[in-house]
Amino acid sequence: MTATALPPEAPSDLTSSDKGAVADRAFSGAALGAGVAILAILGLIAWATISKAWPAFAEQGFGFLTVDRWAPSQDVFGALSMVYGTFVVSAIALLASVPVSIGIALFTTEVAPRRMRSAITLVVDLLAAVPSVVYGLWGVLFVAPSVTPLFHSISNVVGDWPLLGSLFGGGGGSGRSFLTAGLILALMITPIITSVTREVLATVPRGEKDAALALGATRWEMIRGAVLPHSFGGMVGATMLGLGRAMGETIAVALTIGSSFQITTELFESGAAMPSTIALEWGESSGQHRAALIGLGVVLFAATIAVNSGARAIVARAERRMRGA
Amino acid sequence: MTVVDMPTDAGHDVEVSLEANLSPARRIADHAATAAMVLSFAVAAVPLVMIIGYVFLKGGQVVDMAFLTEAIPNSYRRVGPGMGPAVVGTVIITAAASAMAIPLGVLGAIYLNEYGKQNRLARTIRFMADVMTGVPSVVMGVFVYVVWVLRFREQTGFAGSLALACLMLPIVIRTTEEMLRLVPDELRLASLALGARRWRTTLTVVLPAALPGITSGAMLAVARAAGETAPILLVTGLTFDTNWSLFEGNNTTLAAQIFRNASQPYEGAQLRAYGAAFTLILLVFACTIVARIISARFSTTR
Repeated sequence: MTATALPPEAPSDLTSSDKGAVADRAFSGAALGAGVAILAILGLIAWATISKAWPAFAEQGFGFLTVDRWAPSQDVFGALSMVYGTFVVSAIALLASVPVSIGIALFTTEVAPRRMRSAITLVVDLLAAVPSVVYGLWGVLFVAPSVTPLFHSISNVVGDWPLLGSLFGGGGGSGRSFLTAGLILALMITPIITSVTREVLATVPRGEKDAALALGATRWEMIRGAVLPHSFGGMVGATMLGLGRAMGETIAVALTIGSSFQITTELFESGAAMPSTIALEWGESSGQHRAALIGLGVVLFAATIAVNSGARAIVARAERRMRGA
Repeated sequence: MTVVDMPTDAGHDVEVSLEANLSPARRIADHAATAAMVLSFAVAAVPLVMIIGYVFLKGGQVVDMAFLTEAIPNSYRRVGPGMGPAVVGTVIITAAASAMAIPLGVLGAIYLNEYGKQNRLARTIRFMADVMTGVPSVVMGVFVYVVWVLRFREQTGFAGSLALACLMLPIVIRTTEEMLRLVPDELRLASLALGARRWRTTLTVVLPAALPGITSGAMLAVARAAGETAPILLVTGLTFDTNWSLFEGNNTTLAAQIFRNASQPYEGAQLRAYGAAFTLILLVFACTIVARIISARFSTTR
């Protein structure tokens, strides 16, 4: 596109003209500006959102994160139940997704025949391409109604048991719950964990795998002895990238978590998460309430930046070490 | 699923000779591990098939010309079409976002690969672009609301474009840089040796060589942006009639309409949500598949 819009330049002039030098400097300046735009935008996000959220932060203090009472009508904004909700759904998502993603990645790199690999990649890519709101739609209109009877029968059976009873004992009224949201999130973060893990697995040296096989190891023993230890760091990074995605996912969670502000160990109960609350309450908020919602955005921004930079640093270090090995 | 059966067969070929010498425990562990890997693929593939099948089944029956062009009923209870304003909104908002993010992203990538290379600033930008891909879309919505909507006191389509552009920018930068890196240095040297200046070499030699890859990366970014919901909810407002203007009046998109209608208890609203989801998925998958075709052709011709 840009290539066709070239201004014609006199080709006969082989000595460097001033015009050419100016164009050169202008172009490199524009490129530099575009690169710096990333840093500027990130800085502006931090500054603008913090300054608008400041009224809420100033009023609530640390209570913003430690008080478990969110009452917009009384100007009380304690987001602890949402922090808890975000934590619980992310934990469920990771527990369900990490083993599956590592399985798919191992399947692609170590087991599946070459012809099949692109088919698996296509499935994972399509899973990533489905918009989050479509996951939410499916979750609220299909998954939630279908799991309700299942939730009921599980809670009837395990309701009185010591540990399981406190996790799966009560609730399950509408099917919109921590568990539903967490499992749908698991599906949504599987592509990113799978693709990063696959890249890490691909860096394991051929020689080490062949050596393990030559010593008589079965394929699983080769994977356990040669592949997994080598790629452990990278897989931790991949998991953290998945965590970053899960914490920030808004719409699918908003539709499936059920939005009630409570802290409970019952996974069949409905809850609330930080991003979903922003989306759900934004329309009818104003003043201090909106400042508090922007404040949730600030907390989310800080948390995802921390998790993602940690993850990127770990992945980069793992890949560097592999290449050195 | 024939695909699932294949790997175990392929595995047998190698192990037949070894099998006799293996202890049962080791053999079982090996087979169990393979089965677990196949299973994990199935665990991801089955929901995907269910989602797509469900949306196509429900949405396919309501989508027709009227659905794609008529105004949105202003009552959730009403049964019938359409989603015209959301189709128009999705197209113009995503197009405006692409028009901002793709040129800027390509320029940024040119800086990273052609000028900055491994210097400190370039490494910082690269790292921050990676981090920025992880910033939740709802945060971008909050950001654009604060710096744009509050200033101009109106929720507009363009505000949505700005938020989507912020989400696309880091993706475009990183994929474009990967593609520029694949362009052989000989091409640059040859061009420079012929007397072309740096900017001319970049625009007429390096960029055209990387164009297929850049296009496919951009398509993926467009696909992701078209399906974003949270920022749209925050900054573009809501409309029931088609609004072709980006700068005046509220707007809406397919994704935002899916969200609004999905949580309603009324049949009419739910069917419209499915219809919108069907339309959106077709749009997004078309972008994804075109991107894959372009990049597949690119990698084979190289």
